[in-house]
Order: sequence, then structure tokens, then C-alpha cells
Amino acid sequence: MNKLEVDKLDAWFGETRAVKSISLAVPPCSVTAIIGPSGCGKSTFVRCLNRMHELTPSARSEGRVLLDGEDVYAVDPVYLRRRVGMVFQRPNVFPTMSISDNVLSGLRLNRVRADYEAILERTLTQTALWDEVKDRLEGSAVGLSGGQQQRLCIARALAVEPEVLLMDEPASALDPIATAKIEELIDELKQQYTIVIVTHNMQQAIRISDYTAFFYLGELVEHGATEQVFTRPAKRETEDYVTGKFG
Amino acid sequence: MVHKGHTSREFDRELRQLRDKLLDMGGRAEQQIALAVQAMAKRDVSLAQAVIDNDAQIDREELAIDELAFLILARRQPVASDLRFVMLAVKVVTDLERIGDLAVNIAKRVRDLARFAASALQERIELLGQRVLAALQLALDAFVHEDAERAEKVIEGDRDIDALNMHVIADILSTGDGIDVADVARVLALSSVSRYLERIGDHATNIAEMVIYYVRGRDVRHHIARPRG
Repeated sequence: MNKLEVDKLDAWFGETRAVKSISLAVPPCSVTAIIGPSGCGKSTFVRCLNRMHELTPSARSEGRVLLDGEDVYAVDPVYLRRRVGMVFQRPNVFPTMSISDNVLSGLRLNRVRADYEAILERTLTQTALWDEVKDRLEGSAVGLSGGQQQRLCIARALAVEPEVLLMDEPASALDPIATAKIEELIDELKQQYTIVIVTHNMQQAIRISDYTAFFYLGELVEHGATEQVFTRPAKRETEDYVTGKFG
Repeated sequence: MVHKGHTSREFDRELRQLRDKLLDMGGRAEQQIALAVQAMAKRDVSLAQAVIDNDAQIDREELAIDELAFLILARRQPVASDLRFVMLAVKVVTDLERIGDLAVNIAKRVRDLARFAASALQERIELLGQRVLAALQLALDAFVHEDAERAEKVIEGDRDIDALNMHVIADILSTGDGIDVADVARVLALSSVSRYLERIGDHATNIAEMVIYYVRGRDVRHHIARPRG
């Protein structure tokens, strides 16, 4: 059974239809990369998967998104966002909070009773940050490098034990070393989590994803195994986009 | 979406350069086979020597193409048809270089054959040479026109080349060419030439297979059906 099933999804900003009747299935414990030029609707699409799109004034959507067969529009959005976490382009650590509080903020906000120390160590270890920050857990999170802050945001997303992680260009603001660490992390996380990642970096999509979906003008042009999409795409538009003949 | 060249014109230029270099090298390999077979037919040792001397140019072209393909891979990280094209270049350049070596081998046998008169066996080998040359020309045409159907004809035609070579060997074994002990050197040289030509036919087939891979994205080597992603 697919982890996510999207069926004829449309998304609007006011009168503008940003996502047009997209149907797409995401298998569990896999990485799906969403690629396409700026403005093609890929971020909007991803934000529909955990109902963040509807938080924007004038935004609305139609169609169905099923998580483990359950319609996400039929469940409490706060509960949904615990199951479907999100990591953004720029690391958005809470500047007034310590490293430790950043990681645990989701749990505290939801008043979840748990072994906070164990969760802190587990998520920071999962994100390869533990050795780097274990001696300054109460220090400010803004003292970390950009790459560390992004991994901290991923640790924060993992702390609430999601099943799906949505990532919107998580490495685009990072240097190549920090990017490599995020990619390594994604590779490990997919053993446990289902990941949907928006990326402008085609080589990154090739390196980390199992499936690739190419969006153009709000439509899904092609969706297939990454190896196929980047070596023998089925659609001419995909070929032109991935080879850089787009105009 | 408007279809056109790469956004990076420099990338377009590099790919064009790679294609032109391959075609130059292919043309030279063709010429080398034609000259080697001609040298055999005419017992022309100096023409055979020219074939041997020309090979250094083919070797230099191989190095230049490898270097350009390497640079494109490093600079552009090509994907889709661009990646398949660079893969084609890297593979085909090896086939062309081997074809050049085999033309040299034929030219060297011409020195052994020069002291013997032509024979019916040799005529059969000349026919084989023409077929092999035509196969290479067709494979390179298929590449120029990105025509997988022409490439398929090369692969199909290789059976005839193999059969012609087998006929040559059968003729020798049945001593149908009037072979006696004194003739051993001549027969050995002719059977070698036949085998070299047959190998060139195989390289033309390899080139044709890579053209099909480039054009259709389908790997037809070894007749193994591969799962499509």
C-alpha cells in the first residue's frame, strides 16, 4: 500500500490555479523528488500534503490526499502535521531557544509526555548532530552553522515521530559539505520515513531519490523511477528540462 | 515549451565538437579499412605501410575524444539523451580505435601476401572487406542521422559477415583453394585477414548498438532484455 495517494489535486491562490489535477502515489520508505522550474507548483503541491497550503490567505485546494488510505482533509490538521513533518529551504530555528528546546518544542507544544532526554539524544544522533552539540545543548541554536541549523530543524521534525517528511529545497542555502551531510541523512532516514523533497538541484534528485516527478505550469508531466527519468525520460518536455534546453 | 538548444551555448558547442571529432575519426577508420583491403588486392606494400603509419593519427583522435568526453562529464554532469550521447562517444571511440588496429593488422599481412599471386580465396576475402566497410559506413550513417532503424540493419547484416568469414575458413580447411605445405604462409595470412575483417564487422555492430541506445534509450547488447525503470 502506498504511504501517500494524491488524487486529482488542485490548488489555488485566489483565482490562480497553481496545481492542476495532479495524481501521484508515494510508496512507503522511499524518496520522491519533485523537480520543475520556478513557479511550476511543486512547493504548493508539497504544502497540500500536510495542509499547510490552506494556511495562506485566499488559498484553497480540491481533490484527495490519502495518508495510509485516510483522507488528510478529514483529520485534525495539527494531528496530520505531526504525522507529516516539514523542513523548509532556510533553517528556521527558534532564535530565543536553546538547541535542546528547539528539538523538543513540538513535543512541548503538543503537551506530549515522553522521555525528552532520550528523544533529544535519538534525534540529534539521527541527524548526526549529537557529537557536535552534546556539550552545549542549552546553548543558543543561532550559534550553529547553517548546515547544523538545518539538521537541527530536521531533528525537530523527527522529534514528534512523523511518518512522512516533506522537504522544500532543504539544502539550497547550504555549502557543498553541509549539503552532502543532508543528503547522507536523507539516505538514512528513508529506511524509516517516507520523504518527498522539492529540489532545484537535478544532480541532488539523481543522488538521493528513488522516484522523480517533473512538474511544469502546475501539471505533472512525468513521474517515474529516477534512473529512468534522468537517463531515458518518456516525455519530450522532461528531456528538455533535465538537459537544460528549457526556454 | 519551445524546443531549442541548451540554455548553455557552450555546452551545445562541446557536444557538437564531440560529435564532429567522432565523425572525423569514424571517417578515418573507414578510410583505413578501404586502404588496407585495397593494398591486399593490389599487393601494394607501400600502401600497406601508409595504413600502418596513419594509425598514430587515429590513436591521437582517441585520446582527444576521451579527454573531451571526460571534460563534459565533469563540467556538465549530463543526463538523459546528453548522457547517452557521451556514453556512446566513450564506447564508440574504443571500437573505432580497435578498427584502426585491425586495419594495421591487415596491412601487416599484406607484406606476407605480396609474394603470392591472387587467388579465388582472396577474392572472397575482398568481398568480405567490401561488406565490412559497408557495415561500418552504415553504422556511422545511423549515428549521423540518429537513425536506429539503420543501426538495426547493421546488426542484422553482421550474420552475413560472419557467414562469409566461415566460408573462408571452410575453404581453407577443405583445401579447396589448392593449398599445399608451401602455401601455409599465404593461407595463414589470408585466414588472419578474414578474421580481422570479421572482427571489424563486430565493432561496426557495437557502434550500431550504441546508436540504438542513444536514440531509443534501449540497451540491445547481448540480446538481453533489461527491465525498463
